[in-house]
Amino acid sequence: MPKSGSTSKITRRTALAGLSAGAALLAMPRLGRAADETIRIGFPTPLTGPFAAEARDQVKCAELAVKLVNDKGGVGGRKVELLVRDDKLNAGEAATRTLELIEKDKVHAVVGALSSAVQLAVNEVTRARGVIYVSISQSDTINEAKDFSKYTFHEALNPHMTTAAVARQTLKKGMKVAHLVADYAYGHEMLRGFKRAQTAIGAETVGEILHPFGAADYSTFMPRLMSLRPDVLCISNFGRDQANAIKQAVDFGVKQQMKIVVPVILHNQRLAVGPDVFEGVVGGSNYFWGLETQSKSAASFNAAFKAANGGAIPTDYGAYGYSGVGSLLAAMQAAGGTDTDKVVDALEKLQYDLTKGPQHYRKCDHQSVQSVLVLESKKKSAMANDNDLFAILANDAGSDDMLRSCSELGHAT
Amino acid sequence: MDLSLIIMQLLSGIALGAVLVITALGLTIVFGMLGVVNFAHGALFMIGAYAGLYLASLTGSFWWGLLLAPILIGAFGMLIEFVLIRRLYGRSIDDPLLLTFGLSYILVEGVRIVFGSDGIPFPTPPQLVGVLDLGIGFFPRYRLFVIALVAVVLLALWLTLEKTRVGLIVRAGARDPTIMQVLGVDIGRVWLAIFGLGVGLAALGGVLAGPMRSVNPEMGSLVLAEAFVVTVIGGLGSIVGAVVAGLMVGISISLVALFAPEMATIVMFALMAVVLLIRPEGLFGVRGRTA
Amino acid sequence: MTSPSSGEAVAKPASSGFGRLLEQRVLLSIAVLAVLPWLLPSQALAVNVLIYGVVVMGYNLLFGYTGLLSFGQAAFFGAGAYFTGIAIGRYGMPWFAAVPIAVLLSTCLAAAIGMVSTRTRGIYFSMVTLALAQLVYYVALQASSFTGGENGLRGFTVDRISLFGFQVNFLDPVNKYYVLMAFAALAMWFQSRILNSPFGAVIEAIRENEQRARACGYDVERSKLIVFMLSGAISSLGGCMLALHLSIVPLDLLHYQTSGMIVMMVLLGGARSFFGPFVGAASFLILEDVISLWTPHWQIFVGAIFVLFVLFLPKGIWGTLLDALGIGKARP
Repeated sequence: MPKSGSTSKITRRTALAGLSAGAALLAMPRLGRAADETIRIGFPTPLTGPFAAEARDQVKCAELAVKLVNDKGGVGGRKVELLVRDDKLNAGEAATRTLELIEKDKVHAVVGALSSAVQLAVNEVTRARGVIYVSISQSDTINEAKDFSKYTFHEALNPHMTTAAVARQTLKKGMKVAHLVADYAYGHEMLRGFKRAQTAIGAETVGEILHPFGAADYSTFMPRLMSLRPDVLCISNFGRDQANAIKQAVDFGVKQQMKIVVPVILHNQRLAVGPDVFEGVVGGSNYFWGLETQSKSAASFNAAFKAANGGAIPTDYGAYGYSGVGSLLAAMQAAGGTDTDKVVDALEKLQYDLTKGPQHYRKCDHQSVQSVLVLESKKKSAMANDNDLFAILANDAGSDDMLRSCSELGHAT
Repeated sequence: MDLSLIIMQLLSGIALGAVLVITALGLTIVFGMLGVVNFAHGALFMIGAYAGLYLASLTGSFWWGLLLAPILIGAFGMLIEFVLIRRLYGRSIDDPLLLTFGLSYILVEGVRIVFGSDGIPFPTPPQLVGVLDLGIGFFPRYRLFVIALVAVVLLALWLTLEKTRVGLIVRAGARDPTIMQVLGVDIGRVWLAIFGLGVGLAALGGVLAGPMRSVNPEMGSLVLAEAFVVTVIGGLGSIVGAVVAGLMVGISISLVALFAPEMATIVMFALMAVVLLIRPEGLFGVRGRTA
Repeated sequence: MTSPSSGEAVAKPASSGFGRLLEQRVLLSIAVLAVLPWLLPSQALAVNVLIYGVVVMGYNLLFGYTGLLSFGQAAFFGAGAYFTGIAIGRYGMPWFAAVPIAVLLSTCLAAAIGMVSTRTRGIYFSMVTLALAQLVYYVALQASSFTGGENGLRGFTVDRISLFGFQVNFLDPVNKYYVLMAFAALAMWFQSRILNSPFGAVIEAIRENEQRARACGYDVERSKLIVFMLSGAISSLGGCMLALHLSIVPLDLLHYQTSGMIVMMVLLGGARSFFGPFVGAASFLILEDVISLWTPHWQIFVGAIFVLFVLFLPKGIWGTLLDALGIGKARP
């Protein structure tokens, strides 16, 4: 439950406010809440905007997680309700929605967010009010001490983990690497991750080109990139930027000279651009349905999703919705309810396996330690069906040394 | 930094500029001749891209898409002028801008409803796939085509406006609509034609840009800002201005990308600020012409 | 020697007691705002109405009263928010120092942008303000060590407001509302003073006929710059309120889409009316909230409503209402 506000002196203003609040409360009929029994989880997600498809996937999977728990009787006999809100991929909007979820809807916890800015906004609101927040946005920032709080949990991968996994798979000692990086925090996080992994492997950077975030045209960077003659081109950007950059690099004949590698290869962007352009591109991911041949958890997750969604397969972003909400509910089960401190404790001790293998939250920064998939985009002729987008090159099991150390992130160990 | 790299970069800049030119052109023609700033210009660019893609997949050929989409969307533009914008003539100069602003919301969301929010791939026509070896480097065939096509369109436009009777009527109608009406010209038709032309050019820009970037409902919003900057630099209403400014902006962005690529977008705005401080009506704008 | 063609700047004798009551616009507005949280579905929405109401009110000074259609008001809204957040978070200033400093710095920004943009007229002005505001956006994106860049500014949560020995728990939504309402009241009082002053008459004269105003001997360029700065100052106060309310400053605040939203709000509510901005902000936000509940495609409805307003209700909700009631603030 949200922690009650600290005591303050009763001022005339608060007394007046309190009186009017009381009067209004009496005046307005409140819906009879036998539903104070219901466990309410807030779920902000960008239903409008460029990631609407990913958001919808997340909602479906989150609802699946809730349904599976409710079917088994809920948490301690209480039903769970998911309150989905559109954050419009806008940090300000997300903060407002979160405030409403906490103040008006009285949620017990919040799960969600897609963009880094949004997760940080939600986090700022929840941690000031002592509400548990499980972020499923991919970013390094939320692990750092500055944004951390005991109520903050991060279920998704972060650039550090994905770049390391991808680098391990694609780079060899002595290779020449060029970087095309989106000039914003997330891009820099990815670049930093790549370069660290590179140094460990012994590959050298021959050039780094920063491009403006949200750029539509990459043609002006191509001649310079080609002149660097690298073996591998690492493109550190996201979403539409990634789709456009790869497309235009391929237009310029980049693939004939070098391999293209990205930190996170996105299911929907691959659909947006098509198999020919993406062919051979390697990237990291948190989930791909094709994992079902290797993992029992994946197989059962896929089956449950297919059953609830007419045979469709869950996507990478969808899986985050499932594991984010799923891990929270599992912790609530263990804690026997919604008491915030008990649930925090339960989350810290939780071992879960919902989609791909064992996962747990590291104590110092509440980062979910999990496996990272490395995928390669298949060429059209190699696809067994419309969903067979990627080949799984690696499925590195999760371990603490995939993450930056607690002290590096500024936490007291 | 050797010469061949700089030349390739310049070429890149010209290709970028070509798209800027064709989009800004539509905006500046409509303003210059009708006094209307079409805030939905970016959205119409985007709709052009979608129309081109749709027609190309329907007919199986990119070329049909390229030909038909601007015509179709231009006709749609005429509809907009007739039904909506025409009501606003005689009212405040700001009203068409506000109306088209609201219109852009409707158009973008409409596309989202019909085509979804995801990006859709726009395949490059098979005849133009691949790169051309220019000796000093590789350059995509498609972009060379874009440069060539824009040049042809500019030439055709200039010839029509300067050398034909239709062009004469359009230019005269822009200069003095009242006299034209006295002379018996149906000025309403002239307005329709001009607006349709402006929108058609935006749509053409969209179809051309489609194979270079993936097609998505948001692709118009950045283009709008760019078109505004280019028209302001060139001078609202000036065709020559749009061409010169478009190329200038494209090349500047490209050259800056060599040294400080993250500043590439800011350069455009900085250029505009500089031009405005020196010559507030734009490089080729007519002084005092603001409304 | 000017006879202002509008009645706003000169107190017209009211035709009825009701009309006379309405002249106390600041007090009335405060009264309405005081009960707002109980009328709206949520306090967060009510706070947003306050914040955007103040921002749009500042913009109204520029657009409604002076007739300058700027598409870059977001720059001052955002500047107020960012400067407040940076002052509190990075420099540890208390809120009562941070807010005035933020407003001051934002006014300087308004002066800088104003100096470039007021050199242009008409449509150029609109496009230039849009482009310059976008420039501010890109600069804020780049200066990420100050602004947090894409991630937005964080780390300056204000949980307690203290002044003159009174302490208020700012996290409580009701308290927060009334504290912010005090800010809004200040902004309204300030705007009312401007409008009632001779300067208020000058800017309305400029809107009516710029040439004539110049012929009467008014320094039009200087007046435009001053109103630009005042408008920026008031809107930046809205930004300060936002920073205090959300404890974050999102980068999107500076994007031209925010400027567009401000324009929509002023038109919906009624430009050139005192309370119109709040009506516009409330209508837009409620509309968006309500429509979002049953479809993610709320933008098409908002766009359509806006187009209809431009075509048929150019005075906005409040403006049309005032006209219909025959109250003295109607414009020719």
